[in-house]
Amino acid sequence: MESKLIRVGMADMKIGYPPERLITIGLGSCVGIVLYDKYLTIAGMVHIMLPKSKENMSGQNIWKFADTGIYSLFSDLIKKGVKKENLLSKIAGGAQMFSLKSNNDTLKIGERNVEAVKNLLDSLNIKITAEDVGGNYGRTIEFDIERGILKVKTIGFGEKIL
Amino acid sequence: MDIDKINEMVLDILKEISNIGSGNAVTSLAKIIGKKINMQVPQVKILHLNEVTDILGSAEKEVCGVYFDIIEGLSGNILFILPMESACYLVDMLMNRTFKSSYTLNEMELSALAEIGNILAGSYITALSSLINIRLLISPPAITIDMAGALLSVPAISFGEIGDKVLFIQTTFIEGDYNVDGYFFLIPQMDSLNTLFKALGVEIDGK
Repeated sequence: MESKLIRVGMADMKIGYPPERLITIGLGSCVGIVLYDKYLTIAGMVHIMLPKSKENMSGQNIWKFADTGIYSLFSDLIKKGVKKENLLSKIAGGAQMFSLKSNNDTLKIGERNVEAVKNLLDSLNIKITAEDVGGNYGRTIEFDIERGILKVKTIGFGEKIL
Repeated sequence: MDIDKINEMVLDILKEISNIGSGNAVTSLAKIIGKKINMQVPQVKILHLNEVTDILGSAEKEVCGVYFDIIEGLSGNILFILPMESACYLVDMLMNRTFKSSYTLNEMELSALAEIGNILAGSYITALSSLINIRLLISPPAITIDMAGALLSVPAISFGEIGDKVLFIQTTFIEGDYNVDGYFFLIPQMDSLNTLFKALGVEIDGK
């Protein structure tokens, strides 16, 4: 039997247990971050779209930003009893989908998202064990919690197992 | 303008604006390919961020997208999306070839599609511009082929900076003989809606 797929939307976060799999479809400049415990007992995925939250964001979705999104996933995992030192991460996404000749910063958001994600993971002392970021193509990512494997699917750029 | 305060009247005005823009665009498209094109009544979609990637069905579906920045007059984006089959059919029609099935588009075919997108977006913007009497300019087109969700998320990002909802104005084009469909999106920034309504002389409460 296929194990259960948990869909993570844009600006969304989910936590699952083996043999469940966490999936996010069609990542463009957004970044998908998986935090998992090294004994593969639990994992979570957050799908962020912007690097940094601003002040006065009360009441808003916290998963759209790299900083608040990752921190929320991190603290939820800790609340569920995961030990901080056992946490590892895998990340994918942060592409630039369209390239315009004009100086459009919005289109380069992918790069800034990846940088913000890495900075935050670094500050939490969480090691990135694998990554597939940048480029100019979309990605669908699926994390198999039981095996700790991140599958990255693309259109025209093959499939990777991280 | 606050996206949560958008009322029926605002929706109706946006639909009507889009109707005028799309009507002009559809006429241009019909002229290029020499076929009758039908257009559905424009829809104004106010979506939660996590709904955006699925508005054309599967977020993973391979599509061709032509993207523009509105660089003068208003701020926002235009995104024209064609399912691969429709993209190939359109190219075949332009090149006077018979369409059989989808194929991999080459550089020249992609730039032909980018140009079609450019003409569509240009006619849409021109109609909008004369309606509101503000000079509008769009960037050159950027074209790519990828997952629908990855493309649709691009114009949604700037909305994320200010809130949790996104406003997409969608018009669907259909060519009858082969069921070729195309999806045209105008995604204005919220602050541009104020400019837009002011230009039309419409007062919106609770601005």
